[in-house]
Amino acid sequence: MTSSEPNPLPVLLRGGRPLGGPATDLLLDEGAIAAIGADATSRAGAEVIEVVEADGLVILPGLVDLHTHLREPGREDAETVETGTRAAARGGFTAVHAMANTDPVADTAGVVEQVRRLGQEAGYCDVQPVGAVTVGLQGQRLAEMGAMADSAARVRIFSDDGHCVSDAVLMRRALEYVKAFDGVVAQHAQEPRLTEGAQMNEGPLSGMLGMRGWPAVAEEAIIARDALLAAHVGSRLHVCHVSTAGSVELLRWAKGKGWAITAEVTPHHLLLTDELAATYDPVYKVNPPLRSAADVDALRAGLADGTIDAVATDHAPHPREDKECEWAAAAFGMLGLETALSVVHQSMVDTGLLDWAGVADRMSFRPARIGQLATHGRPLAVGEPANLVLYDAAVSEVVRPQDSASLSRNTPYAGRTLPGRVVATYLRGRCSTAVETVPA
Amino acid sequence: MRRHLLSAGDLSREDAVLVLDTAEEMRSLADRPIKKLPALRGRTVVNLFFEDSTRTRISFEAAAKRLSADVINFAAKGSSVSKGESLKDTALTLQAMGADAIVVRHHSSGAPHRLASAQWTHGSVINAGDGTHEHPTQALLDAFTMRRHLGDLEGRRVTIVGDVLHSRVARSNALLLSTLGAEVTLVGPPTLLPVGVASWPVHTSYDLDSSIVKSDAVMMLRVQRERMNESFFPSAREYSRRYGLDTRRMALLPDHTLVLHPGPMNRGMEISADVADSTRSVIVEQVSNGVAVRMAVLYLLLSGSNVPIETPVGES
Repeated sequence: MTSSEPNPLPVLLRGGRPLGGPATDLLLDEGAIAAIGADATSRAGAEVIEVVEADGLVILPGLVDLHTHLREPGREDAETVETGTRAAARGGFTAVHAMANTDPVADTAGVVEQVRRLGQEAGYCDVQPVGAVTVGLQGQRLAEMGAMADSAARVRIFSDDGHCVSDAVLMRRALEYVKAFDGVVAQHAQEPRLTEGAQMNEGPLSGMLGMRGWPAVAEEAIIARDALLAAHVGSRLHVCHVSTAGSVELLRWAKGKGWAITAEVTPHHLLLTDELAATYDPVYKVNPPLRSAADVDALRAGLADGTIDAVATDHAPHPREDKECEWAAAAFGMLGLETALSVVHQSMVDTGLLDWAGVADRMSFRPARIGQLATHGRPLAVGEPANLVLYDAAVSEVVRPQDSASLSRNTPYAGRTLPGRVVATYLRGRCSTAVETVPA
Repeated sequence: MRRHLLSAGDLSREDAVLVLDTAEEMRSLADRPIKKLPALRGRTVVNLFFEDSTRTRISFEAAAKRLSADVINFAAKGSSVSKGESLKDTALTLQAMGADAIVVRHHSSGAPHRLASAQWTHGSVINAGDGTHEHPTQALLDAFTMRRHLGDLEGRRVTIVGDVLHSRVARSNALLLSTLGAEVTLVGPPTLLPVGVASWPVHTSYDLDSSIVKSDAVMMLRVQRERMNESFFPSAREYSRRYGLDTRRMALLPDHTLVLHPGPMNRGMEISADVADSTRSVIVEQVSNGVAVRMAVLYLLLSGSNVPIETPVGES
């Protein structure tokens, strides 16, 4: 399938609940929302169309992920753009930001254009490449960010994710430089000296388990420094995968100053805690590490009050052999695309912290604004692009790794029951989840 | 008893006392002309060592052989870190060879847990030291040695001194000794006590002199000189002055107080030669008790706790 192909028939979504509100009908035609309510119902009667019974399903704008590792080029044994975006569509996403830590690194116009093209060819969701801040993610000199911004990939988010831009001068220059093309630096906040050889959250448990601790201050010190730098040079800063209560406090302080700072949190940091490291099962090994229950509570509160702008998956596929080993030898990272909405459902909606409109804001509207994606994260209104997801909030399912569309199987939720299920995702009016059959 | 021995914290008080009582019987064998029991005849014990430790390996080897088990020593130099054979493939190989017990020493904390929980092998897994995590048979032999001199450890005061942060011996001892009712105090510079140690079932102190005067046993941990290059302390001399056990400090100890060290010692660093060779020192005895304790562990894990110890070979 390719994204340029027009949808053969208009689609009538019957009885769905936009943002969890009252049930209504939506007519999708020519890639846009053509009509809503009685108008949609009557127009549908006049035209030959495909009718989808969406009775009681929650309708959300297509989700936007700010942080996805698609692994192509270079690690096609872990994931490809095709398999990763297929998993994204199944998770309700219509746009993902492909992180730059590929091989070769996405630090030139050529690589970002290749990744964008692979996304277009696969057609499951829009792939917006993220460009590297420094050449080869080495933290030595700036990558050609201007060339990536001007390329066909129109890169606006730059990140050395996986590595912190720890050099204060280099970070300052990057923040200044991207102002020329309205870019934003997305920082992986991790002070390298404080985290040498670190394996898990530093706390009572790391001491007991004999694992090198990863202190919260290693993240917080960088966030504080970068907030001050961004304010000083008048630039935008985005903070990747915030994981500690202290980080939330610092963000609240920086935003209170009126500085242009945004932040994301991963689904796993909203649900899982460092207690899981006691299993020594590396499926729970992730960067930044799983933190304490108090941190989880603070992250949820920060996401609820808007201090944290977005949920971003940090979907990080790894081949089996990189997780079937002892903890210290294992790779960092976990899958996230297909379970993100269900995890947010459990941690934020079932707890009363967010309603579905709030979920749409944190998983679609705001991330699209941060990534400057014009056709995503739009309201569910007539004339808007038909990027949306149908979600059954009434069911719950056991996560089975073997059912994943990802090439990898490193989900931390295997065997766990999570609420809700994505029934269908529409990208410009076309169902991007239709080609798979989900085994019972 | 459980199927595996991964952490000293897995042992209930009853389990721990059973191991120590069984070790007492095993030890008495050493005084007999024939030191061998037929208990594990036909069973295979593999010593899987990813890290060099001749002392621990020969201790386990002697223990298994005295129980008539077949012993295979497997020195796995590589690991998945160095892109040698993976832990999983090594385990599958040992499983195929019919290992009934795998005694594993590994540089990565938790590697024995992975071996026991990942279903790669059906044998019993015995942790012979994993990274900076635990070394449960060392704690058992330390408790055994202390019990022989002090009697029941309930209410006894044990001070463990030195690099607690990197010590698997300290972790296992803290857990086991608290299970046995002893009062444990960990002493070291603040840089070498783990964050969160306040939640352990122990007391902590930065001052050695005030801690040892009320101790029934003092256990000195090995401190690697390289730690000073990582700024855990300024110099070997300053460490030794503040946390080493020398003749002056030994004079502060009550008459009955024992001195232990898991070995190998850095004489002149954490312990002076005078102290190591003094009459209070039970360091050599720890080594011989190690064999008896490991015999007890192998015996209980492999033949079941209900089977009585059989008569020695040739003595029936």
